[in-house]
Amino acid sequence: MSGTIQPVVVGAGPAGVRAAQTLVQHGLRPTVIDEGALWGGQIYRQPPQNFLRSQAELYGFGSSRADALHRAMAGILNKIDYQSQTLVWNAQDQALDTMHGGQAGTVPYSHLIIATGATDRILPFPGWTLPGVFTLGGAQVALKFQGCSIGRQVVFMGTGPLLYLVAYQYARAGANVAAVLDTAKLSEQVRSTPALLSKPALLVQGMYYLTWLKLHGVHIAYGIEPLRALGAERVSGVAWRDAKGEHELACDAIGFGYALRSETQLADILGCHFEFDVTQRAYLPVRDEAGRSSVEGVYLAGDGAGIMGADAAELAGTRAALAVISDIQGSEFSVVDQHRADNIEKEMVRSKIFRLGLERAFPFPQQWASHAQDDLMICRCEEITAGDIRQAALSSGATELNRVKAMTRLGMGRCQSRMCGAAAAEILTHCLGNNIQSAGRLRGQAPIKPIPFVSVPVQSEHASQRGS
Amino acid sequence: MTRYLNQACDQQAQLVRLSESGRERIEFVLDGRVVEAMQGDTVLTAILLEQSHLRISDLSGAPRAGFCLMGACQDCWVTTVTGQRLRACSTFVSPGLNVLTGQESSK
Repeated sequence: MSGTIQPVVVGAGPAGVRAAQTLVQHGLRPTVIDEGALWGGQIYRQPPQNFLRSQAELYGFGSSRADALHRAMAGILNKIDYQSQTLVWNAQDQALDTMHGGQAGTVPYSHLIIATGATDRILPFPGWTLPGVFTLGGAQVALKFQGCSIGRQVVFMGTGPLLYLVAYQYARAGANVAAVLDTAKLSEQVRSTPALLSKPALLVQGMYYLTWLKLHGVHIAYGIEPLRALGAERVSGVAWRDAKGEHELACDAIGFGYALRSETQLADILGCHFEFDVTQRAYLPVRDEAGRSSVEGVYLAGDGAGIMGADAAELAGTRAALAVISDIQGSEFSVVDQHRADNIEKEMVRSKIFRLGLERAFPFPQQWASHAQDDLMICRCEEITAGDIRQAALSSGATELNRVKAMTRLGMGRCQSRMCGAAAAEILTHCLGNNIQSAGRLRGQAPIKPIPFVSVPVQSEHASQRGS
Repeated sequence: MTRYLNQACDQQAQLVRLSESGRERIEFVLDGRVVEAMQGDTVLTAILLEQSHLRISDLSGAPRAGFCLMGACQDCWVTTVTGQRLRACSTFVSPGLNVLTGQESSK
């Protein structure tokens, strides 16, 4: 590492904010680049400034953590260079290419902390591209960020902790939650309790949401298999199957997802080494206990490098920043920092046990690919079906996702496989009888998100936040 | 087969505003029609409070209404009358916005 010390943090969620705060505490002035309009990331996303709901209304049990994180960032705004509503669309050695309101920029870095977070992991069902079908995270954004419900009668479907949290938040906000349909079995959730006791407070929260929903008469079904969204031009209902048979329910919106997947594109473009993670069924950038990637000067923190949840992301952000400090100083930690780092690493072990418990409580539906019909759309950008993928595999010998992409255009669309990648790997490997890691991973490419050819500056009060 | 299909959902709008309804009003143009939104609404929110789709798929011609609402899926790009493209979930609505949703959006 030579030249000036310029740490840059990408992302301003739990990991990014704590990383920036720790760097500031050590006398550095990081640049923080945030695609959002205000800091907080997705989980602690803040509504626009003219919205009035309280932190308690917005974040429930998470309100004290949300408040602490928002205040931490507000407290360092004059000690960092905060670039909000700014997309990092490419990463090179020691520089990031950015886009803000149609204006391109370059941000040099000596040390880069990637804290890019996650989105819902998607396994399509027939009708999933109909208007009215959104991700669980998207449903939550509509409520938290805009004060809106995704529909008048809403069904939440899939599995994962977010399923019950979002359903609870909707019902509490006055939305009509028609049903919660969980692909996990109740027995799996009971069996996972010992591991989930590693974080008793989070377990209690989860049980509270469930109990509250039941007490308020929300229909909850376990061990379901989604069959289809009903409707021609928009959602008019949902059909599913469970042990008792097939069911249909009228609704005009569906929120669904199967836990989360990491946003790993920047680590990929920078050449970080990836390995397959069995628990998360995904290739993830390798990091040491402190968050150092395989590339010198590049650090990984939070859900963007593997799903561990918001609390763990705060710790990982702090830990990665301490690693940056240590690497800059080229020496051992101070006693205080060593103590902090040790405590974080101990706490992270507890988070990992909890994470494994969640994986047992809300398991990945292993049979999904075997039930997917050939006409099921997998890639919603390029409208590539399960049958197209199977044909590429069985007729043309493709065994790996990048080959399927070249043959079918799968993952070549605007989302760069964020929505279809996990499902495509399942379809491909299932039809070949191969293990899931043999599918490989679709490579990230610049621009990692579409850059508008013509763009207009966003006209809002948030624009003034930039560089404040 | 168990059916619970007695409640019809025949409203035009996809989204329902549950709270935060006291904000300043803004007018914008949606497919040639002047409609009202609120300061702080995204373009996606403003459109889906009026109707159930944002765009028409280039390939199948089927309607789409966004999906992830957090800038990842790229399924909510809309086109203005002057040919500008906006990602509706992460762009705030502004007076003077004049957006088209009924034609196939440009790539």
